[in-house]
Amino acid sequence: MNRRVVITGMGVVAPNGVGLQEFTHAIKNGLSGIKKDPELARLKFSCQISGTPTISTEKALEYFTELELRNFNSSGILYGVIAGLDAWKDAGLEIKEGENPDWDSGTIFGAGTSGIEKFRESIYKIDDYQTKRLGSTAVAQTMNSGISAYLGGKLGLGNQVTTNSSACTTGTESLMMAFDRIQSGQAKRILAGSTSDSGPYIWGGFDAMRVCTFKHNDTPEKGSRPLSATASGFVPGSGAGAFVVEDLECALARGAKIYAEILGGNINSGGQRGSGTMTAPNAVAVQRCIKQAVKNSGINPEEIDAINGHLTATTKDGFEIGNWNQALGLKNANFPYINSLKSMIGHCLSAAGSIESVASVLQIHENFVFPSINCEDLHPEVTAIIDANKVPQKLIEMPVNIVVKASFGFGDVNGCIVFKKFEK
Amino acid sequence: MDRITIIENLKNIITPFVGDKEALDNLTEQTDFIKDLNINSANLVDIILDVEDFFDIQIDNESMEKMLNIEATIAIVEEKLASK
Repeated sequence: MNRRVVITGMGVVAPNGVGLQEFTHAIKNGLSGIKKDPELARLKFSCQISGTPTISTEKALEYFTELELRNFNSSGILYGVIAGLDAWKDAGLEIKEGENPDWDSGTIFGAGTSGIEKFRESIYKIDDYQTKRLGSTAVAQTMNSGISAYLGGKLGLGNQVTTNSSACTTGTESLMMAFDRIQSGQAKRILAGSTSDSGPYIWGGFDAMRVCTFKHNDTPEKGSRPLSATASGFVPGSGAGAFVVEDLECALARGAKIYAEILGGNINSGGQRGSGTMTAPNAVAVQRCIKQAVKNSGINPEEIDAINGHLTATTKDGFEIGNWNQALGLKNANFPYINSLKSMIGHCLSAAGSIESVASVLQIHENFVFPSINCEDLHPEVTAIIDANKVPQKLIEMPVNIVVKASFGFGDVNGCIVFKKFEK
Repeated sequence: MDRITIIENLKNIITPFVGDKEALDNLTEQTDFIKDLNINSANLVDIILDVEDFFDIQIDNESMEKMLNIEATIAIVEEKLASK
């Protein structure tokens, strides 16, 4: 009998809310975190709006020492540490002091890049023959595993401490990796999650590909339009989401609050074959990923209350709905509710899967389905497959038992995870 | 710049890096950065950078290797100031 795996703590740094309380309020009320981005405008980006979380210095000092913040220039590590430590605290866990680490707890905390601003700063110094002046933290801030290294040290983690990276699937993948490690008995507790840097140096490449919208520079809150007929590309975002993923027996033994159970999931790749390329998903692989996730979770598609899609607001949203339809064998009135958090926060790239999973789990824990905003004009490709009322325009309060979350990323990689309300 | 002034300025520079703040009050020329003040060895390079900036001097790798306590640091600073 496999071990059961549950979520006992969460933390979030999102463009529309920092901390679970603010974030829950925002997603229930369809509040957008997309704003004009003066830096992108100054640099003449096509897309001059973004979803960037706001963190004051006072807030940062609750999580870092003054010394740690000296010459600190890594937004991804900042967001990840805040979300990670919040999740740990939310789970009712203590920070391990003393000589020995906590051998049973680890972290799998994903990132796409680390400290890209610090990296830029360092490159300028190196090219100016100032390598000697980089300071002692240039490596820690810019190594891809920077976030897991910071968290591991702050919490005294003695199990696996690593950073996974799989583009926009990263966050969902980190949860699945934590699930696997706990289910196989190699850890009792994993701080899972993912983070993403902010700013022009992470978003520039997407802007160059013209996959970001340039039509809403004066109407930022209307800019991110997943599932809409007038969707015109994604809005870049950033932040972090974090989860304490725990062995059920361990969670019950310490009387922990349980947000949801992870029933299972699947990670795969389309191999950039068939319709798959570096940037476009192979439909067969996406459908297979969803089917396998549902199958190994032991549920029937009809039991799914809501889907949290990848749904970025590019031209691929209709294609994604088609894939869900094919994989689940459900359509029109039988299709579950489906929403996209990106409508409120943009596409948070390597942090997307984890922030969106926090929203997915909140729906189960608090019994609601959050609205997908900016899609009052649903795309005909979407309504050809599912009933219009399956995309909530307003908050729906209802019992939510099972939510399926999927993420798809560059490199033709896919991740799908199934969350269920916990029952003994 | 006299020795007392150099020590006072060094004390200000190293303060942010000191783990054991009480040890700072008992600072002498024999105080060792790592053993006595519990400074993380990785931070020594940051201290060197701050010393360079404050005194407007350049510290070469050979000098840096010696800068493990207050006395040696004063000697290097005095030497570099004299050769300016």
